[in-house]
Order: sequence, then structure tokens, then C-alpha cells
Amino acid sequence: MDTLVITGAQLLGADSADIVVENGIIAEIGSGLSRAGARVIDAQGLVALPGLVDLHTHLREPGYEASETILTGTRAAASGGFTAVFAMPNTSPVADSAGVVEQELALGEAAGYATVQPIGAVTVGQKGERLAELGAMATSRAKVRVFSDDGFCVFDPLIMRRALEYVKSFGGVIAQHAQDPRLTEGAQMNEGVVSAELGLAGWPAVAEESIIARDVLLAEHVGSRLHVCHLSTAGSVDIIRWAKKRGIDVTAEVTPHHLLLTDELVRGYDAKYKVNPPLRREEDVLAVREGLADGTIDIVATDHAPHPSENKACEWQAAANGMVGLESALRVVHQSMVQTGLIGWADVARVMSQAPARIGLLDGHGTPLEAGQPAQITLYDASREGTFTAADLHGRSRNSPYLGRDLPGRVEWTIHHGVVTVESGAVVEELHSCDAPSGRREGK
Amino acid sequence: MRNLLDTRTLDRESALRILDVAEDMSDTQTRENRKLPTLRGKTVVNLFFEDSTRTRISFEAAAKRLSADVINFAAKGSSVSKGESLKDTAQTLQAMGADAVVIRHHASGAPRTLATSGWITAGVINAGDGTHEHPTQALLDAFTIRKRRFGADSRGQDLSGIRVVIVGDVLHSRVARSNVWLLTTLGAEVTLVSPPTLVPQNVSQWPVRVVYDLDEALADGPDAVMMLRIQLERMNAAYFPSEREYSRRWGLDAVRAATLADDSIVMHPGPMNRGLEISAEAADSPRSTVLEQVTNGVSVRMAVLYLLLAGERDDERGEGS
Repeated sequence: MDTLVITGAQLLGADSADIVVENGIIAEIGSGLSRAGARVIDAQGLVALPGLVDLHTHLREPGYEASETILTGTRAAASGGFTAVFAMPNTSPVADSAGVVEQELALGEAAGYATVQPIGAVTVGQKGERLAELGAMATSRAKVRVFSDDGFCVFDPLIMRRALEYVKSFGGVIAQHAQDPRLTEGAQMNEGVVSAELGLAGWPAVAEESIIARDVLLAEHVGSRLHVCHLSTAGSVDIIRWAKKRGIDVTAEVTPHHLLLTDELVRGYDAKYKVNPPLRREEDVLAVREGLADGTIDIVATDHAPHPSENKACEWQAAANGMVGLESALRVVHQSMVQTGLIGWADVARVMSQAPARIGLLDGHGTPLEAGQPAQITLYDASREGTFTAADLHGRSRNSPYLGRDLPGRVEWTIHHGVVTVESGAVVEELHSCDAPSGRREGK
Repeated sequence: MRNLLDTRTLDRESALRILDVAEDMSDTQTRENRKLPTLRGKTVVNLFFEDSTRTRISFEAAAKRLSADVINFAAKGSSVSKGESLKDTAQTLQAMGADAVVIRHHASGAPRTLATSGWITAGVINAGDGTHEHPTQALLDAFTIRKRRFGADSRGQDLSGIRVVIVGDVLHSRVARSNVWLLTTLGAEVTLVSPPTLVPQNVSQWPVRVVYDLDEALADGPDAVMMLRIQLERMNAAYFPSEREYSRRWGLDAVRAATLADDSIVMHPGPMNRGLEISAEAADSPRSTVLEQVTNGVSVRMAVLYLLLAGERDDERGEGS
């Protein structure tokens, strides 16, 4: 494995420093550093962030390899500055058993571009009826700690209560996709002014908010840890704020697209804007930004959801929900949160690296940029202006809502456990280590 | 006019142009030989993903009276899940050399997707998409209202000051949406009457008044009362308790119809549920325009086809595009 000397990087956007990486570890941080024979990375003017961690990724493998594989998905992740991704369980077969999650873990290790941490399904087949073998997944080699039926709300309140209780025995967390299925039957877009005009069946905010309200009360009642996936409405932010004030152990995430895009974009019926939860109103966008800035919302997670083009190049109603987001996430957060002055780079490190790793109990990621810590590093050029294009996409699917949109910045370098996965803005084709490491393989 | 996708973006000038051309078309329909050579050599495809015999034969009659060749294409599939995708169907029509595609689809927005996808170069006419719009229906309704009001002096007239009450399932009605936009663009005052369950949750941006009480709306003496067809399956989705209750509260029965002023008209896009949303007395009375609407529909669709195909394709005015 190469020894790396990163020179002149702005740590969390602040002080300029050199970083020496040896054996996958940050060996030293200081000024005027060098190592004989080391590979030197000129990071003048680049923002150094801890490698990004995505708590909400759909990698589609096993089962939907036409959309994405663990290899292509982690390449996309690396290009967006991520060194770890949590893989949602809606694969085929569903990741509801130790065998499937261990397979995903192994495929991630073999790919080497990012640590793949599987998320287990809460219920068998994500059907919401019987608990999956959560303990078996927790004690498997994949050490699953986050459980979710993502895409499907755990709607039955008794099942939700039991799941919240059960995972306490191994420190797990239930990540809920908050969507009342009855209130969203046939729903196509946010219910409001635009849906009324377009004649698309409405997806009311209350369908999300009522589930979140129920779940925080359940979590309080049984003393469990709850994570709310991709909240999207102003009302949801209010409920989380209330719950945290009350001392309930709840964390929440928002996607980049809910920080930037509104339901006005649906007017052209272009299915690239079709997503679950749906794009909401401008008021909601402003509320989730505020919630992220004040800490009510803990993290940004991409909900990267690749789909083949035929599932988007069709009438709205027939199209699939979802957008790819790994490659664009940091740039969207930069535009929506940093350029607006709501947060700084240290906050970006918190909401896109430290907090997601902490919520997911993932070792070796989200750690500080300090000597002795694992070398998960993202170097970002925040001064660059640009347009997001298909050349920025590195996964297997093209369903990005940002194509043709101006987005600032570019990830220049990503370093995953000391291995360079992105260099000068390009994904490295052959990783520079025959023993591509992951957080798991080294000493776990 | 490039396409006709909705009335939401149709400006007043373009709408009046269509209505005035429809007057010209209407005049030709009283001649002994009603067929015009205007669109000879053009191919119009009626692409129907949803059954609608009335709308299809109206477009078919319109195209044939303009001497266009007509292909009727009843497509059954819906995208991705089953059957042929919209894209493949569209490209097939393109390969056959369609000049205009009249599309009826169960999915809101499908005509726009067809028109903006780049799959075809043919002009697209929305013949009803999901619960979104049905622009030619609204145009024929506006034509009918104008004709009843102004008769032979209709050309150039808008609907300023005319009061229209639209009654029924607004939430699921493409006819209601298209009429709201078109009639108000033409200056009419529109009142929607509906059970609260059957009006969209947020119509704050619609240029209309919404009331829940039909008698209250009728007491204002509207010039036109447009009854929407009620779908009985709505009952099962808890939109209203029973057929009987709906009919009592929102049906235009004989008693209510009798309260209307002599010159006010009763409209229905058809097919009617007699005895449910409209009584036989109201439907068959001289104030009823139901059959005139059918006749006028052909003239309006002739006008739209003419404006789309007879040399004005590059005119990007309004939406049109």
C-alpha cells in the first residue's frame, strides 16, 4: 500500500495542513511533512473532509444488477467522496437473513471502493408481518446494526414496537420509512397546489408525519432508538424537534434532493423527478434546511436509487420512484447548505460522515482527521463552478435529477482506508493495492 | 399550433382562434357535401390507451371531414409492467409516418411525455389524460356556451361575465380541470360544486369559487350548469356514502332544474347517468345542450386538426407547444 503525503489541504475547510497516510492510517498531520518514496498529493485549496458515509444507499445487488451492482455502486460512491455506504435490504432475495448480508459484505470487500455495510430487513421479505432474524444478522460477519424495511413502512404498530424493543439487545436501530400506506394508495406526487393542477394522485404530508409521530412515541414508550429515513416535510421537522426536546432517542435524515428540489419540477411530467418520498413544497425545502442546520435533522443520506432508463422514459404514473444521488450529494449539500451560509464544512463533516457512522455503529468511519485514525479522506474542490453532466455519473444508471443543472464543486480525491479510489476527479480503474482493504478485513 | 396538450397554458388569443376556426368548420357542416379537401394526404392516428368510443369517433369524423387518412390504434398495454411501452408505440407511429397523434391515456401527463420525449415529430393532441385535462372537451363546451349566447355573432366573442357552475367529481375530472382554465381565460366566472371529498385538497390557486351546496350555487342564477359524470366506484372509496345521497345533494333533479332562469343552459359531457347526477327532465329539456355539445365537438376538433396540420405547425404561440 502506498504511503501518501497530502500537502496543503484545508482541514474541514479551515487550517491548511499536510497529512501523511501510512498503512491505511493517518500517521501524522502537520506542516512541511514528507516521507521518502511517498506519493505526494497536492491538495492546495482543497477542503479535506473525513470520508463520507451514506446511511441510505440502494446497491441493487443481489437481484437487480441491470440497475446497479455493488461494484458499480461503490464506484459511484467513491466518485462522490464516500468511503462507506449502508446498503438497503430491498434486493432480491431481500436482505433478511445472515446469508444475504454476508454476501453483500463480501462483494463490497472484493470491490474495494468503499466499505459496504448491509442493512437488514426488519420483517421477513419486507412484508411487515413477521420479524426477520435480526439477531442472526447482528451476529453474522456483517454485524448488522441498522434494520429497515425501506420502501415499505413498518405500518403495523405492534410489529414496529416489537422491532424497536428487540434490537436493543445488540444496540440496533430501526430506520423507518415513514409512509402511511392507506393515505398514499396510488399516490404520485406531493399533495398540494401542483398535484391539484396536474391531476396526479396526492401524497399528503400527513402520511409521513403521522407515522413519525407514532414512532417517536413508541420509541419513547419502550426506551428504544429510532432513526427516521428521508424526512421531507416541515411538519416532520417539527415533530422530530419536539421529540428531541422531550429526550426521545431519535435521529433523522434528509436527502440532498429534498434540500434542493421542489414539486414545481413535476409540472413537465418528467419522471426523473419521481421519488419516494415525493419532492415537496418550497416551504418544506426551507424547513428541512433549517432543521439540518440546527441539528434537528442529524444527517444527509442519499437514498441513491438506480433504475434502468426504461423505468423512467415513460408516463409518470408507470415510472419507478427514485434518483441516483451518490455522485451529486456533496455538491448539492454544498449548494443548498454551505453556499447559503446555513452550515460550514465542519458541519458537513458531521452530517455526512461522523453522525451517519455513529448512528449506524460503523467502526473505522466518521472518525476525526487526526493522527492514529483510519485514513478515510475526501478532498473536495469547493471553488470549482460547473454543470452536473452524465460524465459525473459512475454507477450503472443515469436517473439523476441534476443532469444539466449547475452544481458547484468537485470531489478530487477519495481515500478509502489509505487506498486512493478517486484521483484528480477520476475514479481509479485498478485500485492501487492487490489487497484492497476495507474496514472489515483489517482486524475484525 | 405545435400541439394541444392542455388549456392551462392556452392563452386567450389562441383559444379564440380555435373557436373562430371552429365556427368556420361548423358552417361547412351545413352544406350538402360536408367534406373538405384541406388535410388530404395527412395521416391522423387515434391512439387510445383507454376505451372512449365517443371521443374517438368524434376525432375520426373531424379528421375524415377534412380528408385526412385516419388510423385507429387501440393500445392496451401500460408501460413497463405489461404490454408495449408508450415509447415503442410512439416510435412505431413515427415509423408509419403519422402527422398528428390524438392520444387518450389513463395516465395524467402521458400526452406531454409523448410530445416532449423526442420520440415522434407528429403533433400531439390530448384527447383526455388520466385526471389531468381534456382540452378539446373544454373547447367544445366553450364553443357551445358562446353559440347559445351569441348565435351567429359568436366570432371574436369571449365569455366575459358569463357565470358557469360545474358540479360533481372535480377531483377525478379532466373535463373540470380543462374547463376551469379555459372558461376563466375567456373571462367566465366559474363556481365548482362538489362534495368536499371530491375537490382537490388545495385549489387555492384555481381562479374559481368552491361551494359544497348545489342549491346555493343555483340560487345565484348561473348562465350554464355543467354536470360531471359521477363514477360509481367512487362510492367504495368512501368519497360519498351512497348513490342516493349523492343524487339528493348534488344531482340536478327536476325540482332544481326548474329553478333555473329560462335562458340558462344545462351541459353534460356524456355519457350521462340519468337519475344520478342528472334527471331525465333536465337532460331532455330545451335548455339541455347535450347533443349540441356532440355536434360542436366535431367542429372544434376539425379546427384543432386544421390548425395543427395545415401549415401553422411552427407557430409556437401559447401552448400550443
